[in-house]
Amino acid sequence: MSVTATAALPAGGLTRLWQRHPNIIIGAGMLGLAVFAAFAAPWLVSVDPQTIAPFNRLEAPGAEFWFGGDLIGRDVYSRTVYGARVSLAVGFGVAIGGISLGLIVGLLSGFVRWVDQILMRVMDGLMAIPSILLAVALISLTGASLKNVIIAISIAEVPRVARLVRSVVLSLKEQPYVEAAVTAGTPFLLILWRHVLPNTLAPLLIQGTYIFASAVLTEAILSFIGAGTPPSTPSWGNIIAEGRTVFSIAPHIVLFPGLALSFTVLGVNLLGDGLRDVFDPRYVSRK
Amino acid sequence: MLAVVIRRLLATIPVMTIVAVIVFSLLYLTPGDPAAVLAGEQATAEDIERLRVSLGLDQPYLVRFGQWITGVLHGDLGTSIFSRRPVMELIVQRLEPTIALTLASLLIAVLIAVPLGVIAAWRSGGIVDRMAMSFAVLGFSVPVFVLSYLLIALFSVKLQLLPVQGYVPIAYGFVPFAQHLILPAVSLGIINAALIARITRTTMLEVLNQDYIRAARAKGLSVRRVLVRHALKNAAVPIVTVIGISFALLISGVVVTETVFNIPGLGRLTVDAILRRDYPVIQGVILVFSATYVVVNLLVDLSYGLFDPRIKH
Repeated sequence: MSVTATAALPAGGLTRLWQRHPNIIIGAGMLGLAVFAAFAAPWLVSVDPQTIAPFNRLEAPGAEFWFGGDLIGRDVYSRTVYGARVSLAVGFGVAIGGISLGLIVGLLSGFVRWVDQILMRVMDGLMAIPSILLAVALISLTGASLKNVIIAISIAEVPRVARLVRSVVLSLKEQPYVEAAVTAGTPFLLILWRHVLPNTLAPLLIQGTYIFASAVLTEAILSFIGAGTPPSTPSWGNIIAEGRTVFSIAPHIVLFPGLALSFTVLGVNLLGDGLRDVFDPRYVSRK
Repeated sequence: MLAVVIRRLLATIPVMTIVAVIVFSLLYLTPGDPAAVLAGEQATAEDIERLRVSLGLDQPYLVRFGQWITGVLHGDLGTSIFSRRPVMELIVQRLEPTIALTLASLLIAVLIAVPLGVIAAWRSGGIVDRMAMSFAVLGFSVPVFVLSYLLIALFSVKLQLLPVQGYVPIAYGFVPFAQHLILPAVSLGIINAALIARITRTTMLEVLNQDYIRAARAKGLSVRRVLVRHALKNAAVPIVTVIGISFALLISGVVVTETVFNIPGLGRLTVDAILRRDYPVIQGVILVFSATYVVVNLLVDLSYGLFDPRIKH
């Protein structure tokens, strides 16, 4: 599978990629812009996101304050740019954390039969709890902080990854070349490294983009309902939460972080769809 | 059929047990002393100790789990730390708005998604397909509260057609009930429609490639009849499955939408409980939502037989 997947990648560089899978370029570009904003935040804004300027309270967007002012007069543009840091940290953190944990659980399940029964029942149980509520419960245990938000959302994402990895392992174990390797006495870790992990790479990459997108949305929801990023750090979710009460007179406080959030998640989803089209041509629309 | 239903219900016991263990452990691990919280600020150390013993909080984990699960099975979810009222009572009071919102948005989602997915698959690659799939990607990406605020800005603030927020029970008249419900239900419905539309399209694409579809067209049946009676019915199992899965999405959506629109339902109860660190309420709500999710997916499983008689339970 990994061999065919590489072959399916268009040869001939960016132009070919653009012609065949524009979603990848557009999505990566949108995500890249958000990553740039997160890293370059101090150079992109002139006002500190925490500076309170009372005359700027609920100020409409204008030449001086591009996205206007918030409830207590902080610069919404500055807060929105800095908010990218939280969302992207959560996106990357959960994608890496959820996939690592899910990979371990999935491999254990796929290879060790007696563990499989137990782990899969636990995964069923975890999946039955709506992920947002599971995250809320975990955060209410540990207290709201960026690290705890990442851990909580990662745990909620583990079952899906574990199931995916397990199904890849189970189908691989039936493959003649894997059976041959086992018969030839290849050490288990070598089989894992050479045959199993490369085959989980493509599906996990695609799954990773969807986990990223859903983690960014979940963080925003958690911050919005007051269980996520503490108010001292600007995040798109808590900027929107603060603007909620004055929405009808100052809609810009909700609008701009909302757009930034949708833009980033859309980029990641387009990237994921593009990658899926490359690796899994079954779903490409017939033309 | 009854035997099948009973057997399936029994099969949900392991999952529900694990959910119960997870939910109980969360409360067990909660920092802080529930006895001290319940006793109030004026309580002496002896008072707290007496309360702890009388509540059985000094017992080991397994004993406490046993007591708790016995209570749960008898409909006792504990007492709210904040309002000192039974959690079950709080939940029952908040059920109506949440059920109304959930059913209305599910209905809207299906009414949008299924026709859209069918047409997109039928005219695959065409303009409707492209628009439908762009809509689906957008639906995955725009958070429900952003869409809610856009709809409020348009229909409530600008056009002043609908109320900005609030909820009116159906007993106070259907028209005010519907007026208040329509915006939250539409926001949540649109977001959920994205996933369902996408699966509908993918499944329909596979089915439309089958020989019997070409045969049905060749013998002169109308496009509509072929799409609905032959194709959609055979695509129904994955579609119904994804509707069941989307129910989880719907639950997290309910929590958010009720906050945006100030609807006094279970979602609002959850958010208030989080802000007040009212752990028994958080625990009870999670348990109720999870049980509902399991039951919905059980119903989905049982419905397979209706669409495909080959699936025997």
